[in-house]
Amino acid sequence: MTAYILRRLGLILLTILVASMVIFIATQLLPGDVAHVILGQFATPAAIENLREELGLNRPAVVQYADWLARFVTGDWGDSMVSGYAVRPLVLARLRNSFMLAVVAFSLYVPLGIALGVVAAVNADRAIDRVLSALTMVFVGLPEFVSGLILIGTLALSWDLLPANSSINPDSGFVEAFPYLVLPAIAISLTCLGYVARMTRASTIDVLRSDYAMAADLKGIPRMQVLFRHVLRNSLLPTVTVVAVSVGWLFGGLIIVESVFGYPGLGRLLVYGIQHRDLTLIQACSMVVVTIFGFANLLADVLYGVLNPRIRFAQR
Amino acid sequence: MDKHLSRSDGISVLEIRGLGVAYASESGQLETVRDVSLKIGRGEVYGLVGESGSGKTTLARAVVRYLPRNGRISSGSVLLNGIDLLRLSPAEMRRVWGAKIAMVHQDPSAAVNPSITVGEQVAEVARIHLGLSRGQAWQKALEMLAKVQLPDPGSMARRYPHQLSGGMLQRILIAAALVTSPQLLIMDEPTTSLDVTTEAVILDLIRDLLEGYETAVLYITHNLGVIANVCHRVGVMYAGQLVEEGSIQQVFKHSLFPYTMGLMGCVPRIDVVKRGIHLNTIPGFIPRPGEWPRGCIFAERCPIVEDACKDTRMPLVERAPGHLTACRRWMEMDQVHLAFGIKDKVRPELNRAPGSTWLEARDVKKHFGSRPSWLTRALKRESAIVRAVDGISLRAQAGSTVGIVGESGCGKTTFARCVVGLEQPTAGEVKLDGKRLGSTWAKRSPEILREIQIVFQNPDASLNPWHPVGTSVGRPITLRGKLPRSELDLQVRQLFRAVRLPEDYTSRLPNELSGGEKQRVAIARAFAASPSVIICDEPVSSLDVSVQASLMNLLAELQASNETTYLFISHDLAAVRHLSDRIAVIYLGQIVEMGSAESVFAPPFHPYTEALFSAIPIPDPDVHQERIRLRGAVPSAMHIPSGCRFHTRCPRKVGGICEDHEPPWQDAGDDHLIQCHIPLQQLLAMQNSNADPNAVSVSAEP
Repeated sequence: MTAYILRRLGLILLTILVASMVIFIATQLLPGDVAHVILGQFATPAAIENLREELGLNRPAVVQYADWLARFVTGDWGDSMVSGYAVRPLVLARLRNSFMLAVVAFSLYVPLGIALGVVAAVNADRAIDRVLSALTMVFVGLPEFVSGLILIGTLALSWDLLPANSSINPDSGFVEAFPYLVLPAIAISLTCLGYVARMTRASTIDVLRSDYAMAADLKGIPRMQVLFRHVLRNSLLPTVTVVAVSVGWLFGGLIIVESVFGYPGLGRLLVYGIQHRDLTLIQACSMVVVTIFGFANLLADVLYGVLNPRIRFAQR
Repeated sequence: MDKHLSRSDGISVLEIRGLGVAYASESGQLETVRDVSLKIGRGEVYGLVGESGSGKTTLARAVVRYLPRNGRISSGSVLLNGIDLLRLSPAEMRRVWGAKIAMVHQDPSAAVNPSITVGEQVAEVARIHLGLSRGQAWQKALEMLAKVQLPDPGSMARRYPHQLSGGMLQRILIAAALVTSPQLLIMDEPTTSLDVTTEAVILDLIRDLLEGYETAVLYITHNLGVIANVCHRVGVMYAGQLVEEGSIQQVFKHSLFPYTMGLMGCVPRIDVVKRGIHLNTIPGFIPRPGEWPRGCIFAERCPIVEDACKDTRMPLVERAPGHLTACRRWMEMDQVHLAFGIKDKVRPELNRAPGSTWLEARDVKKHFGSRPSWLTRALKRESAIVRAVDGISLRAQAGSTVGIVGESGCGKTTFARCVVGLEQPTAGEVKLDGKRLGSTWAKRSPEILREIQIVFQNPDASLNPWHPVGTSVGRPITLRGKLPRSELDLQVRQLFRAVRLPEDYTSRLPNELSGGEKQRVAIARAFAASPSVIICDEPVSSLDVSVQASLMNLLAELQASNETTYLFISHDLAAVRHLSDRIAVIYLGQIVEMGSAESVFAPPFHPYTEALFSAIPIPDPDVHQERIRLRGAVPSAMHIPSGCRFHTRCPRKVGGICEDHEPPWQDAGDDHLIQCHIPLQQLLAMQNSNADPNAVSVSAEP
């Protein structure tokens, strides 16, 4: 098990490292001359040369990358190219906000998705399963900005149940912010809900058809006990992976949903950075998202190992 | 056996009356079980035998009312000690399951829950049906594990299924089934997925355990040998109907239904010297549900059919005390003997040039796994090298068959793949006609590739599902050179004729063919390349006995007419014996005994061969078999025992020498080699003092 976790951890770190290279290349090398970007097209060649020297842009790319990565890992995420403030406190504050939104979304779609999937599986090929399958299919296919706008149009504007705009004070606490979190959380949840429900349905149907589910039935174990003790324990294994991977999806979805609702989170900060060509900000936001994505996957693998005795007790 | 019969005191535990089962399908209701009636008394083991598609599993599922959603019981009743199960509500039925009726399933590794400890899977039954507390139920589970002879129940119970072998898991399922001392126990092919040595041990266990219970048993299997070994009465199912029923003696010795007689003739017998003769086959196919004839269900394939048979269906009638048959011509069974050609038809003998070695393998080794990675070393883990094939040398003469036999995991398939070049051997070489071959297919010339073909075990997986089978068979021909379309068609049709498939099958897709037909296509494809060597890797193992017989005959005929050299790989000793000239017995990646088919099957044996031999259930109630049983399962090829690799399970182990020294090869004469420490004279004496299998086989001849 230790070896298993270590190997996974190594792979995830490697993934993050590769992603960091891509981010670095995309933000620092490809846009051409960063000094040009900062000073604008009317800058004098001498000023540009000065800035290049100052930023270390004359060094070889590999050295630049190593330097950048080292500083990033040690917590020096650089200063904003637009405002000049340090990027790190800003990104971390917005990360907190996004995290609040993610928690609400997560606790919405995980239990609901599993429940819908199990209900559909137990009633496989009956009317209720068909309805649920069609519904989850729609959820998966619906882009966040469409579902977001529909939610705003109905729940907020027509029925006035919840606020349509979530552009709250970035420093609000959770309780204060909660009413503003619900709509965007639902909007992000739908896609993930669809995935979780469909995965749960598929794997639960497989397990319900397995020999050991039949054997459990024919032992005379009460139906509910068969479902919870024998079936779900095995059928939720693939779901665990999907749930953990969906955390990455979630943070991807944030970029759109936070913009639609005007919510001050990491996603909106990233969009802001892109709009203003604030390369340092883009780098920091992307690296945070990549790291979250990576560790969500690690969590998935570890959970899978803990739940699956074949891995928990494996020699290799 | 007869003393068991007296245990049944006339009161039926299970009584099935006129049971019919139908499935809803696109073409309406399809009957798959029709009008089946049978009774099983207390303490009686009732064997239900039939080929795949005969409806025996459906019948069992109907008895416990666990049919798929599209299946329903269309007629009849099922009485358990007088209670009609078909009238119970689903909730009441669930209280019957496990408590009054328990089931043991076919594939133990699929029928246990992978994420629950095996002890808990036994204990939960005790909690639910016996109302025991957690602690008491656990004690009961340990008690049951001891009863099914699992070593060290305390630690065994806390293990997870993947840590146990198939034989151990089947013991767990049996333990779980017997917790409540159920009135009826249904065993659906409980040993079919196990190795023959494990099967023998489990069959012993079942026999011994059932002595102590009053349970009535419905034992379902396709294996006539198993039936003869464990059952008191037997019912023969054919296409959803019971066609014959009687005691083991009656059905096996004086069968009153032509199908039963045909089936018995299909089985190659380990105890009867029959090389060089044809196995019986039953012409035609089992009628499919929905295509059942109006008259007798077997009429189309019956050698003594008359017009009356085709018009009306006979019910099962008692013709002798306790012996029922659905054949109207039951008095004329002697004619069936004649018609099926049970008078042994002699297989054409080959005129082989003796001594000319065609195919040779020299010290072939295949080790899987790599050098330990930095991580395994850092964590001080053992590196895992699987020594699947660990030095196999053998020779095959042109036009002869070398049989390779051993339990699953002994490396026989890996060896075959090394010979064809699908795996690169770690060491050793393969020679064809004295010329050394490239180590993998990529290093061999097209001409060499053509020379060696392979027939795989599973025809479903080895035929491209999107290609018409004619295309699959034609492909090796076109690879040899361009041919005009018409010429190619002609050759493909010839091949189809040779494997006895209708010529218009060439345009069919694999899923339109039965399993046996698909395997014929695979054989035709192998012969299409006109190879000099064909490797048959368990070519008949997944097929029904009657289909197996016709395929083995076919292989023998094709060999005779094409003078092909076969490597015939199987776990089925009887099949290997039937086809092979020479036999190599493999254990854990090495040959332990090698010789002509006759000499390998006569003492002196290697102790492993002896155990394999005595493990095979013989379909004859009069043959007494010596019981030599092996402990445990084959050790992992990652940790091969020192000295003689068989010493951990050897029933004839002599002492420390077996653990420390690799045994020498001893020559028993006539090129019969045995790798063992025990002197041959001594082996011979020990094995003759027990039952002499040859003597047995003589006494078993009619």
